Amino acid sequence: MEKPDSTSQVWAIEIKGLTKSFSNHLALRGIDLGVRQGEAVVILGPNGAGKTTLIKVLATIMNPSAGRVLIDGLNPKNDAEEVRRRIGVVTHQTFLYSNLTAYENLEFYSRMYDVPRRKERIHEVTAIVGMTSRLHDRVGTLSRGMQQRLSVARSLLHKPTIMLLDEPETGLDQQAISVLSEILQAEDEGKHTIIHTTHSLERGLELCDRLLILVRGEIVYERSRQALDLADLKQVYQHYTGIET
Amino acid sequence: MRFWHKVIAITWKDALSGMRTKEIIFSVLVFTLLVIVIFNFAFGTSQEMMELVAPGILWVTFAFAGVLSLNRSFIPEKEQDCLEGLMACPASREVIYVGKMLGSLLFMLIIEVIALLIFAFLFNLPVFSPQIITITVLTTIGFVAVGTLFSALAVNTKAREMVLPILFLPIVAPIIISAIKASELALSGEPWSGLSSWLQIIGAFDVIFLIVSFLIFAFVIEE
Repeated sequence: MEKPDSTSQVWAIEIKGLTKSFSNHLALRGIDLGVRQGEAVVILGPNGAGKTTLIKVLATIMNPSAGRVLIDGLNPKNDAEEVRRRIGVVTHQTFLYSNLTAYENLEFYSRMYDVPRRKERIHEVTAIVGMTSRLHDRVGTLSRGMQQRLSVARSLLHKPTIMLLDEPETGLDQQAISVLSEILQAEDEGKHTIIHTTHSLERGLELCDRLLILVRGEIVYERSRQALDLADLKQVYQHYTGIET
Repeated sequence: MRFWHKVIAITWKDALSGMRTKEIIFSVLVFTLLVIVIFNFAFGTSQEMMELVAPGILWVTFAFAGVLSLNRSFIPEKEQDCLEGLMACPASREVIYVGKMLGSLLFMLIIEVIALLIFAFLFNLPVFSPQIITITVLTTIGFVAVGTLFSALAVNTKAREMVLPILFLPIVAPIIISAIKASELALSGEPWSGLSSWLQIIGAFDVIFLIVSFLIFAFVIEE
């Protein structure tokens, strides 16, 4: 397993002994993980494995119960705002206000992220996700797929260096998933460090440089993309999770 | 400056969202109107009786309308799954608190102006005097300072709309009682000096709970 102290290289994300508990339930059990700058790490796992909790802790939405997280060498405990400025989050929740228009939502988030030249940036990101024509529609009137595209635009507003993607394809049809993947890959071009959680083995394999399997709050398996094919992955996934895909 | 820039962004977003979500404005206004009209019929038309019960009616109306409006501070964030998006923004938790509090304050003051207009019309009392306006503004500040904190606390519970008044009303009872007493004196024509002890209690409540709520909000919202 690639642990953060195994080499002297600069980690974009460095996690040591990360534990998160809710009452008596341990959601994350001493996770150690290092993610290099520009690397795309995909995390697979069944429901309740702790994928969303991990993303929430990394996004500083949740505090860890124990252990340490460093983002670009910064400790979120001391530099929470600077850490948040470097992170873009896309989840199955869009974080968009349904009774505001797409533009008003982006305007709000660009103010919160201190985005310079707000108007221009809003037009840039909406052009990236192909939503310029729907900019003045209320979010509640947009389809789930369009809302998720807008959510990607929201996450890109402040030009983050790290993208946390938590099952962004949930609730989307195949076509919408393809569009979303194209947008993320086109925008990315290796610029971002990415942690992407998903249930889809195929998509996980397609998008990753490295792939992990998380089960009951522990990383039980880790391989680089080159060392894997889909058939092997299906077998390994079934072995660790008991789920046939 | 960044602090206030983001506070204003949150307040602006809440105000815009509140204006668009007409059901909450209408429900609070209808509730306010109903309470005042029912009390008006219950206590008859005697001016003496009205002067006696008016402060109580006024603050019962404001307190319950306030609970309804405070419920909209965090519940829509939770229902639209936006609370975590807000928490992921590079802003301190205190920014969220102040922004939300100002949004609720604005909303409550608008409701109170409308309620006072109805009150003046039905009860024929001088409710737009500087004294009543001062009491109303000061009490509302303390009310939303505590209410915003408890609204954030209640939002993570299952019966969130019921939890807020149960937790919150006992805490604001001192400021509501002080406001009733001060309003009673103001409506009976007492000068400022006669109200000063009650105004001091309201002012002290505002300062203490603004500071305490500001300081502990991060713990409430994060866990």
